[in-house]
Amino acid sequence: MIAGLGLAALWLAAALAALQLYAGAMAQRDGGGAAAALVRPAAVVQGLACAFAFVMLLWLFAVTDLSVKLVATNSHSAKPLIYKLTGAWGNHEGSMLLWVAVMALSGSLIALVERRLPERTMLATLAAQAFVGLGFYAFLIFSSNPFERLPQPPAEGLGLNPLLQDIGLALHPPTLYFGYVGLSVAFSFAVGALLTRQVTPEFARVMRPWVLGAWVFLTLGITAGSYWAYYELGWGGWWFWDPVENASLMPWLAATALLHSASVLAARDALRAWTIMLGVVAFSMSMLGTFLVRSGILTSVHAFAVDPQRGAFILVLLALYIGGALALFALRAGSVSEGQRFAATSREGALVFNNVMLSAILAIVLLGTLYPLLTEAFDVRVSVGPPYFNPVGAIFAVPMLLVMAVGPLLRWRRDSIARIQRPVVLIGVILLAAAAAALAIGGVDLLPLLGLALSAALALASLMPLRRRRLHRVPLSVWGMVVAHFGLAVAVFGMASETAFSDERLAAVAPGETVRVGPWSVTLAEVLPNAGPNWTAIEGHLVASYRDGDPVALDPQSRSFWAPVQETTESALATRWNGQLYAVVGTAGDVGAVTEGDVRRWQLRLWWKPFVTFIWYGGILVALGSALALVGRVAADVKRRTVRARAAERRAEVIE
Amino acid sequence: MRGGGILAALAALAALALVPVLAAAQQDMPPAPYAYRQLDDPAQEAEAQALMETLRCLKCQSQSIADSDAPMAGDMRHQVRTRIAAGEEPEEIRAWLVRRYGDYVSYAPVIGETTWPLFAVPLALLLVAGAILWRRLRGAR
Repeated sequence: MIAGLGLAALWLAAALAALQLYAGAMAQRDGGGAAAALVRPAAVVQGLACAFAFVMLLWLFAVTDLSVKLVATNSHSAKPLIYKLTGAWGNHEGSMLLWVAVMALSGSLIALVERRLPERTMLATLAAQAFVGLGFYAFLIFSSNPFERLPQPPAEGLGLNPLLQDIGLALHPPTLYFGYVGLSVAFSFAVGALLTRQVTPEFARVMRPWVLGAWVFLTLGITAGSYWAYYELGWGGWWFWDPVENASLMPWLAATALLHSASVLAARDALRAWTIMLGVVAFSMSMLGTFLVRSGILTSVHAFAVDPQRGAFILVLLALYIGGALALFALRAGSVSEGQRFAATSREGALVFNNVMLSAILAIVLLGTLYPLLTEAFDVRVSVGPPYFNPVGAIFAVPMLLVMAVGPLLRWRRDSIARIQRPVVLIGVILLAAAAAALAIGGVDLLPLLGLALSAALALASLMPLRRRRLHRVPLSVWGMVVAHFGLAVAVFGMASETAFSDERLAAVAPGETVRVGPWSVTLAEVLPNAGPNWTAIEGHLVASYRDGDPVALDPQSRSFWAPVQETTESALATRWNGQLYAVVGTAGDVGAVTEGDVRRWQLRLWWKPFVTFIWYGGILVALGSALALVGRVAADVKRRTVRARAAERRAEVIE
Repeated sequence: MRGGGILAALAALAALALVPVLAAAQQDMPPAPYAYRQLDDPAQEAEAQALMETLRCLKCQSQSIADSDAPMAGDMRHQVRTRIAAGEEPEEIRAWLVRRYGDYVSYAPVIGETTWPLFAVPLALLLVAGAILWRRLRGAR
């Protein structure tokens, strides 16, 4: 019953998307009339229908309706309710439904409130959105139906991968999806503007909140995913250049470039074709992220849904959307002039430089991610990992960070380095001082050394746009930029510090013994069994003290889940302002314990990671900065509109 | 003929029955000594660690042998540590592992017949990025 309702709502949403596409296309031809009036209502109802379908899926998971195949294969009646609900999108079909539901709701929102652009452009935008939506509906209904029934309901479900039974990870995929959806909306605007030849500053202002919003979610999603990998996988790594991580990084890089390019278009009416191109690229990257991850084409720690049969469908959709968008761009780009000109030493110049650098980094990540897949098709297996991505990415990232330090100090259109000589010299001095300090500590490789020096310089430089300004009069969007740039400096510092200064200790320890790692001494008090709703565990009770200070208790676990059977390590962390102590106790099998005579020894893995937390603090700051900018921009827009409306009223009164 | 067939079938059955036992025995074997033990010399350990982080765990999905609990990763860590302790150079060990397991085991691609695009493309990118910037920023003065 519930499943039937959900499927019916999904079909209804698909039909409405078809109507929205048809009416939107018709409206382009003859100025619309009857067809044009249908587009916005269709978009609104489509969003509601699709959201309804998703709520039905949540319901099925909440009550563990085992007659539904998706529930039976991904859930279990003994699971805590929160993980039953998050299990609804912890799988391929459910996550696709969530994706399209959020996208349809975004469509409803723009159909309801967005009236700044010419109506023809808006209708083209909504038609483009419906076109993207239709592909997803077809994919869901024909090859990934979340509401598929089983003729014979099993007695119990198969359970959810225990690695996914974690609140951080439960929220991680939807966060990324919100980001992808934001980029798809930006793409629809770009297509609408391109089709109706309305690539204007107004278009950039309308698109910008969606890019900013997408960027907030992508940043948070990547940050959360990195922290999850860090504490859940049990080895203290926070970035693996794993294909799935790359799949989320690539849209972020493209969105970063798009955001800055759209800002130039909005403020200065320059970089028109560039903004459109980046819109197409950002959307292509989110398609790649969505489809490749869930399809299992990328085999990696994250690819839990391995199903190659869907590959053909996915490749067709990717070719259709990415190919179609690029073809449209190629056809129409000639008619979009580049807009206002500017000098090399200007804020636009710096932004162009960094957009090129971001695009190059994106190309490197794309190459390193897809190349092994390509060679595998010819039976040659190569691995591309950190030793490739780090140095090759740095070739473009280092100049980018340098220009990023100076760019915000420059004026629009034309400026000279001589005017900002003093701050630039100060930034340079900090850069060299930080590098010298790192060299004095010693044992730091080139890349972390560069990271430490650049992060110090960038942290200072990011605050400079505030100098000689009255802080309470600085617009919110400028605060957003300052906070986001400062956040990036913080994150880079965390990465460099963790890479340069981490200390690792592996030891087989008997209860009562003490191990030293960095400034910490860690004593194993005892090891006891423990159990949860769907797991058993051995739990190490550790007492750690930092430089012989107050003792801190750490209780790392090694868990054995039984539905499905899997072992996981639950690390324990002691967080200080200047870093984290990371403790893992070996698995319950023979790896964990070694018996020598009468003494039972337990495998402990300990790390002291100075300032590692700054990586994620930085990520949060970046997201906060873009959220501030988003609020600032939207508030300014609303204000401008009310002022204009009031002025119009007054004019009308005068005429009367 | 027929008797031979039955015997063969019995032998096959016996072999099948043994397989899980053998597999279990293999899994229950204690890990190699240096899988979870560091070298005493910190300099050597750092060298081993740096190398381990660039070697792929062949039984895992996208993890290095320094990041994995898989038994095979443990064995490989043991190999790396004992060879470093015996005075071998990290790149010699990498070459030995590549001979044994193929290029796939190393996360650090080297320029070769199948990998040259990985190095040619960044070079091309440098040129293209330079050309774009030159055109955009010079022509605009």
